[in-house]
Amino acid sequence: MAELQSAGDIKTEYLAQMRSKRVMNLILLLVFVALMLAGFQTANDRNAGGFWDGLPNIFDFPADVIGEAIARAPLLPGYFVKYFPSLIETINIAGAATLLGAMIGLVMSLLVTRGLAPVPWLVGPLRRILDILRAVPEIVIALVLIFLLGGGPVPAMIAIALHTVGALGKLFSEVNENASLKPIEGLASVGAGWVQRMWLGVVPQVAPNYLSYALLRFEINIRASAILGFVGAGGIGYDLRNTMSWGQGKFDEAAAIFLLLFGTIVVVDQVSSFLRNRLTHGAKNQEAHP
Amino acid sequence: MLLIDNLTKSFGGSPAVKSATIAVSEPAMIGIIGRSGAGKSTLLRMLNRLTDATSGAITFEGRDITNLRGSAKRQWQSQCAMIFQQFNLVPRMDVVSNVLHGTLNRRSTMATMFNLYPTDDIHRAIEILDRLGIAQHAPKRAEALSGGQQQRVAIARALMQDPKIILADEPIASLDPMNAQVVMQSLRRIHEEDGRMVIANLHTLDTARRYCDRVIGMRDGKIVFDGTPAQLTTGAARDIYGADDTFSEAATSTEIETLDAATVLIRQAETV
Repeated sequence: MAELQSAGDIKTEYLAQMRSKRVMNLILLLVFVALMLAGFQTANDRNAGGFWDGLPNIFDFPADVIGEAIARAPLLPGYFVKYFPSLIETINIAGAATLLGAMIGLVMSLLVTRGLAPVPWLVGPLRRILDILRAVPEIVIALVLIFLLGGGPVPAMIAIALHTVGALGKLFSEVNENASLKPIEGLASVGAGWVQRMWLGVVPQVAPNYLSYALLRFEINIRASAILGFVGAGGIGYDLRNTMSWGQGKFDEAAAIFLLLFGTIVVVDQVSSFLRNRLTHGAKNQEAHP
Repeated sequence: MLLIDNLTKSFGGSPAVKSATIAVSEPAMIGIIGRSGAGKSTLLRMLNRLTDATSGAITFEGRDITNLRGSAKRQWQSQCAMIFQQFNLVPRMDVVSNVLHGTLNRRSTMATMFNLYPTDDIHRAIEILDRLGIAQHAPKRAEALSGGQQQRVAIARALMQDPKIILADEPIASLDPMNAQVVMQSLRRIHEEDGRMVIANLHTLDTARRYCDRVIGMRDGKIVFDGTPAQLTTGAARDIYGADDTFSEAATSTEIETLDAATVLIRQAETV
């Protein structure tokens, strides 16, 4: 009987309970450390060089890049001008891909939203297509397209756009699910067709959310576009690969490119979060003062 | 003109409307009354073809509209306007655009996507808004208007369709008594001036009595009363609402005059 126990009994019982818990925790910690060590040993054995031998070298690269960049700091503005056109190309690839992907994604999202889809049995198959588009990495699609179409910005744009269709199609359809069905029913009652119902009933309700997701995707696509340059899709990634190769003595240029990319991502991030804030909060002010 | 023959609708086995038969020979203002869940909304939605009937037939001017599909169905919907309890406007769009939505059935999809409404239609939309007394709100967003104003925008959208029938599904259930009166008077005026048929679901007896030429009572999916307001006795009303002797019409009223009358009655009772 719990209520008949004295406070002293409860103390000893509680301490015993705590001790056994501590022992269990210690055993689990030891097992965890043992597993980590064993796993690391296995991985290290399979490595070509060996982790401990290579560890000091890890810091050689940043040290070289920073060292050279500082040594030749006066040259950096010149490099910014030199690589600026490549940066524009990278941003263009991302912009075109986001625009194209968002437009196709919008149509797809309306086709896969239950309750809005004009052909209900197509919802499942189309959703699987979106899953596949999201599952295949951009770089794989880009490599195949570069092999087929040759290097350049167009294959990169298509690759990123396909991935964007998959990502935005899913996000947009989740937004569509939250749209009120009342305006859509109102439009149905006047005899409006499916496209009219979607364009006038759904899109005005959810456009700010669409734009917010599309801007977020634009940021992600700039990074993707820079990476695709490594496999020959042009833009600033291509320049980065060339300057980053060891032993060319171009680390100062690599540093300049890193700074350009970093600056771009910061700027796009700030601008898009400003725009998204205005879309969500600014819209309310507009309602109050029409 | 309008023939509803043995119209039935079941949702997963349980019938919402059971063998409804109504014949309307000339444009009239008809009120359908009954408790919540009596099947009033389902009946109107079947007329507009927002809901498919399980069995039975709807014939309008000799044409069977029960099984129309695709563009023929949408063409019927454009002649049979509907007004909803929650207005069902597009909240983020301006009032005139919402009224112009009444013409969608006549417009091509491309023209709608680029907002290419003819100037004549825009003029007509503003004239209709003026007729309903809300032209000054034309450029505002629909969501910025009060409930009563939004319902009048919805009526304007219905008029823009130039319909033969206007169906109103509980048009005043979300409105205060003053706005309810304005909306009901607008519907009555449309019936009298334009000669359009108006069928309205109403949840209060006195509204039906005051504005309608004919009252149809529904209970549990069946039509239990069909006649003039004069024929609607307290006994018949009790039958429609399934109420006992304590039921009194004044107690359910939302009209200001009857409310006053009821208050006077209560005061008298208190003083005695």
